[in-house]
Amino acid sequence: MDLTYTEEEQEFRARLRVWLAKVLPELPAAPSPDDWPGRRAYDLGWQRRLYEAGYAGLHWPLDAGGRGATPTQHLIFLEETERAGAPYVGANFVGLLHAGPTIAAEGTAEQRARWLPPVLRGDEVWCQGFSEPDAGSDLASLRTRAVRDGDDYVITGSKIWTSHAEVADWCELLVRTDPSAPKHRGISWLAMPMDAPGVTVRPLRTLAGSAEFAEMFLDEVRVPVADRVGAENDGWRVTMVTLSFERGTAFVGEVVACRRTLGELARTAKANGRWDDPVLRRRLGRLYGEFGALWRLTQWNVSEAERSAGGVPGIGGSVFKLAYSHARQELYDTAAEVLGASSLSLEEGWVLDRLSSLSYTIAAGTSQIQQNIVAERILGLPKGR
Amino acid sequence: MDFQPTEDQKDLRAGVRDLLAGRYGREALRASVDTGAGVDRALWRELGEAGFFALRLPEAEGGVGLGLPEAVLVFEEAGRALVPGPLVATHLAAGVVPGAAAGTAVVSAFDLDGPLVAHLADADAVLGASGVPAGEPVRSVDPLTPLHRVAVAVGDVSPYREAGALLTAALQVGSALRTVELAVRYAGEREQFGQPIGAFQAVKHLCAQMLVRAEVARTAVYAAAVTGDPGEVAAAKLLADGAAVRGARDCLQVHGGMGFTWEADVHLHLKRAWVRAEQWRTAAQAEELLAQELLGSAG
Ligand SMILES: Cc1cc2nc3c(=O)[nH]c(=O)nc-3n(C[C@H](O)[C@H](O)[C@H](O)COP(=O)(O)OP(=O)(O)OC[C@H]3O[C@@H](n4cnc5c(N)ncnc54)[C@H](O)[C@@H]3O)c2cc1C
Repeated sequence: MDLTYTEEEQEFRARLRVWLAKVLPELPAAPSPDDWPGRRAYDLGWQRRLYEAGYAGLHWPLDAGGRGATPTQHLIFLEETERAGAPYVGANFVGLLHAGPTIAAEGTAEQRARWLPPVLRGDEVWCQGFSEPDAGSDLASLRTRAVRDGDDYVITGSKIWTSHAEVADWCELLVRTDPSAPKHRGISWLAMPMDAPGVTVRPLRTLAGSAEFAEMFLDEVRVPVADRVGAENDGWRVTMVTLSFERGTAFVGEVVACRRTLGELARTAKANGRWDDPVLRRRLGRLYGEFGALWRLTQWNVSEAERSAGGVPGIGGSVFKLAYSHARQELYDTAAEVLGASSLSLEEGWVLDRLSSLSYTIAAGTSQIQQNIVAERILGLPKGR
Repeated sequence: MDFQPTEDQKDLRAGVRDLLAGRYGREALRASVDTGAGVDRALWRELGEAGFFALRLPEAEGGVGLGLPEAVLVFEEAGRALVPGPLVATHLAAGVVPGAAAGTAVVSAFDLDGPLVAHLADADAVLGASGVPAGEPVRSVDPLTPLHRVAVAVGDVSPYREAGALLTAALQVGSALRTVELAVRYAGEREQFGQPIGAFQAVKHLCAQMLVRAEVARTAVYAAAVTGDPGEVAAAKLLADGAAVRGARDCLQVHGGMGFTWEADVHLHLKRAWVRAEQWRTAAQAEELLAQELLGSAG
């Protein structure tokens, strides 16, 4: 058990710090949260900077155009960029964290060459078309159909909760290619261009007031069979690869941010007198301890991934997500206690964060589904009938 | 950075687990409950011979010369096996109180707030004190942790507080992980409504949350052992106390009526977890310490 960083890792951190100190002041002002085209441009601009400096696709394998960095270097990258206040991966989330790694792991040489470089260069944005109105937690019951017609699939159906669909160029799409097969077996993973005829995107307003995700209607959309990643009807397995990436290191930067937020909260409480309330003070102390432990759990999971072949994150990600998503919601409830009635004003930055934290126990698999995963796949409890 | 246990550390832990499984398995545990024996002197010496108490004593002083990371792994195993006695105080007394390192002396400590002290009647010495004070026996909630009330606390444990809190946290983590195992095993065997109760989500989710709390506490304990940082130690104790107490309680729930019996081991884990939660650093103390540290953080 060793928490010290190697000389190489320290050098990597030092170089990164110098670079961040240089480029961050040059960045344009961040767009408003509602301005999706603005956010797309901003996020892609940041990605381009990363690319030019050699930090794009840090954790991707070399033969996929990545830098082949170790999980620890990736961890340092996420920690330092958050510390320095660098932009979040934002609109590039799906491309960099799901679709990209999935194509890198499962795609053909042509597919890699075609889709991966634009993601890394900051030219193209991906979205994730998995969920459907009647297939959320029970994702494998999805019904969007793809029927083969010559060299194309013809796709009809609808998707929902598709984050930043409005500004995406490509969609990693799950479709049913064999309706007669058992539900997990008849699914395929396709790359669909968002400007294909027959694709209609209708923004949905979130409880935070912004149009963060959308409904997507697919009416006889044609996608070449060549754009399928993995074998036909093998999409479920391919998807599991994607999801393990999703739950891996997705929240590293946020843990760092939460610890900083807690410090700001404590100082706010000190200034407005709430600090004298021992119940509130102790609650802040406890959260500080919890987020410290969550940071250590991240380091633990990363060390474990580093020792495992391929660096694919393990299901320890579910343990982390369960603990983290609830701690984050408690953090903002505590913030509201510190702020009192000002927590009702949307002018307070905290309040939008409080609203958005409500999605953490739902998106990427609800807490109930994560608990099923922990109970069945880690603890080995029997599956329910 | 490589935050995983080394092969040597894993071997050490496995060795202690085997030793305790052979020497203090379920029958021995129940036998000591039946006889009300707090400390088994023979076991104490065997633990001493295995290096349990002298683990962190320098080799030049006859110790094993290892550090806190190894100690927490070993204490985690003792917590899992529910070994009774002042393990932490005796370990801390190695090199200070004669016989502690070898396990020939039993050393207690004033690690509880107020006038109560554990294992006083069995103690040859009290950490930080010149003698063993007289005390009135008190009926203890934990059948394997006898308590006495003394007039004045005569031993100062402040120099030992950090290590004491951390090693106690490690015991709590072992107990928490053990109660997950007990709950999962029972949930897989006990059938109701024609299927194992572990197939019911309400039961599954209790078990999953037990594991989540235990794993978060475990990494907190390991990290604190590596860094020795007082804030991390406080957080480790806080989280480990919660994982052990709530884990034992959830385990009891999973066991249904059986969980409420003297015969099931669950209550022993819960009662010991309550005792440990009052030792070295309570939740309130840990939270206050963390709050002060938070205020000064990233200023
Ligand atoms: C902010 C946000 C962004 C998202 N972005 C995307 C995206 O980009 N692409 C995409 O494809 N999807 C996206 N999603 C969808 C997300 O993955 C689903 O919302 C999630 O998987 C839950 O599905 P559902 O909404 O249909 O809820 P349901 O599955 O209907 O669940 C409703 C309730 O029932 C519970 N429940 C359901 N099944 C079980 C069970 N077996 N056991 C116990 N409880 C159960 C759930 O825990 C929940 O409490 C996003 C969601 C959010 C909130």
